Amino acid sequence: MTAVLDLSSTPSTPFHRLVRVELRKSYDTRAGFWLLAVIALLVLATEVVVLAVTTVQNDAIAFGDFIGAAAFMTSFLLPVLGIMVLTSEWSQRTAMVTFALEPRRPRVIAAKAVVGVVLTLVTVVVSIAIGLVCTVLYDLIEGHADWTFGWSGFFGFLITQTFAMLGGFALAALLLNTPAAIVVFFVYKWVLPGLFAIGAALMGWFETIQPWIDFQSAQNPLYDMSLSGDDWAHLVVSGFIWLVLPLAVGIWRVLRAEVK
Amino acid sequence: MIEVVGLTRKYGSFTAVDDVSFVCQPGRVTGFLGPNGAGKTTTMRVMVGLTPATAGRVTIGGHVYQDIPNPGRHVGVLLDASAQHAGRTGREILEIGARTMGLPDSRIDEMIELVSLTPQEAKRRLRNYSLGMKQRLGIAHALLGDPSVLILDEPANGLDPAGIRWMRGLLRGYAERGGTVLLSSHLLHEVEQIADEMILIGNGRIVAQGDKKTLLAGAAKGIATTFVTALDNPALAAALSAKGITVASAGDGLRVEAEAVEVGRTALEATVVLTDLRSADGGLEDLFLELTADTQRETVV
Repeated sequence: MTAVLDLSSTPSTPFHRLVRVELRKSYDTRAGFWLLAVIALLVLATEVVVLAVTTVQNDAIAFGDFIGAAAFMTSFLLPVLGIMVLTSEWSQRTAMVTFALEPRRPRVIAAKAVVGVVLTLVTVVVSIAIGLVCTVLYDLIEGHADWTFGWSGFFGFLITQTFAMLGGFALAALLLNTPAAIVVFFVYKWVLPGLFAIGAALMGWFETIQPWIDFQSAQNPLYDMSLSGDDWAHLVVSGFIWLVLPLAVGIWRVLRAEVK
Repeated sequence: MIEVVGLTRKYGSFTAVDDVSFVCQPGRVTGFLGPNGAGKTTTMRVMVGLTPATAGRVTIGGHVYQDIPNPGRHVGVLLDASAQHAGRTGREILEIGARTMGLPDSRIDEMIELVSLTPQEAKRRLRNYSLGMKQRLGIAHALLGDPSVLILDEPANGLDPAGIRWMRGLLRGYAERGGTVLLSSHLLHEVEQIADEMILIGNGRIVAQGDKKTLLAGAAKGIATTFVTALDNPALAAALSAKGITVASAGDGLRVEAEAVEVGRTALEATVVLTDLRSADGGLEDLFLELTADTQRETVV
C-alpha cells in the first residue's frame, strides 16, 4: 500500500443517495415517526370534526374548505418537521458522523431541505386525499357536494406549506436547537402578525411598510393564487426578510460551525 | 499516510493545538498519547474537517479530507462512540453508514460479527449499550467502508481487558496488511503495547515522538533498574555487592541498580538459579509523566 490514496476509482457520494439516507433518518426514530404520525392523525381528526359539524348543522362546505382546514393544522406541524430534520443532528450529535461521511456540508443541508420538501408534498397529498374522502362522505350524507377546489388552490396550498416548512428549517439552521427554534418559529408565525396588525392600526407610517415586512399576511393571496403585482412584490420582499435571510445566515453558520 | 504540518487551533486566547507536526506511516500503528485536554481530540477533529484549523494543514494520503470523495471508503473515523442517535439500534446505525457509503447490507453483518456483537445486541437501541458495546459498534462503523486509514479517538475506553486484547489484535493485523492506524489514549500501557510509533502531546505541543526504543534511549539519563528473584537471594545480593552494584531487597526478590544483562551475568558467575528477571520498566511512564508534567493536573512527586 502506498502513502498516497488513489481516489480515481471512488465516485463521490451521489446526491440522490444522500437524500434517501436523510429521508430514512427523518422517520426511523421515535420522535421522527411520531411527528409524521401526529401530522396525519391531526389532519384526519380535524376533517372528521369539520365533516361532523357541517353535516349536523346542514352547513354548506366545499372540497377546498376541507383542504383549508387541513392546511391550518399542517401549518403548525410542518415547521416542526423542518426544524427537526436539521436540529436532531445536533441534539443527538450525529452531525459528527454525518459530516465525517460527507464533509461537503452544503450537499447534506440541501439533501435535508429536499427531504423537508418531499415530506411536505406527502402531507399535502395525504391532506387532499382525506379532504376528498370527506367531501364524498358529505355528498352521501347531504345528497349534494361542492367540488370547488382547482389547481390554484392546490398550488397555493403547496407553496404556503413549503414556506412554513422552510421557515422552520431556516430558524433551525440559525439556532441549531430544537426547542429554541420551535419557540422562535411560533413567535414569528403567530405573534408577529398580531403585533404588525396592532402597529399598523396605531401608527400611520407603519401601516405603509407593514405589507412589505409581514410575510404571513403577504402569503394570504397565495391560498387562492390571486396575487396582484403589488402582492407579488410584498411576497418577495417579506419572504426575503423572513425566509431567505435567516436561511442564508443559518446555512453560513452550519458550514462554519465546529461540529461537536 | 497521515501528514500533519504546523497545525495550530486557537479558541480565543487559548491555544488547544500549538504548531503540531507529525506523520503516521502506512503499515504502522501510531499512538497519540497525552493527558486529558492535551489537544489529541482537537487534532483528530481537524484531520476529518469537523474543526477548522487556525493554521497549518493535514493531509490524508496526500489529500485534504474534504477533497476525498466518499471519504468513508478511504478513512475510517471513530471520534466519539456516543455521538450516535440513542434511539437507533446498533444495526440501524450501521445501515445508515452503509447506505451513505453505498455498501451492500452484507457488509453490515460482517462488521457486526467482526466486532463480536451478537445479532440480539445489534437489535438493541444504542441507549441500552454499555460503553464497551458502543466502542465495538464505533469500530465496526469505522471499518464499514474497508478504509486504508483509521483514525480512532480513545477506542479502548470502556472495553474490558479481553476487549482491549481483541482490539490490539485487530489493529495490529490491520497495520500488517498495510493500513495506517492512528489511535489516541491517555493511558500509556494501552498504547505502548500496540503502537509502533508514539507521539506524546502535552499542552497542545508535541513533547516527544518516535518508537519506544528511541523514546527510552532519549530518557535513559538515569540508572537502569532491574528486579530479580533467585532461589538464593542472599547469595546473589552478595555477588552483586561484591561488584560494587547497589542492591536492595524488594518484595520476594531484589531491586538492583544495573542492567538486566549484568544481573544475569553475575547470577551465572555465582551459579545462582534465577526465577524472575526483568527491567523495572518504569522508564517510559516516568518519561511520559516528566514530559507532560506542566500539563498534568496532579504534580508528580
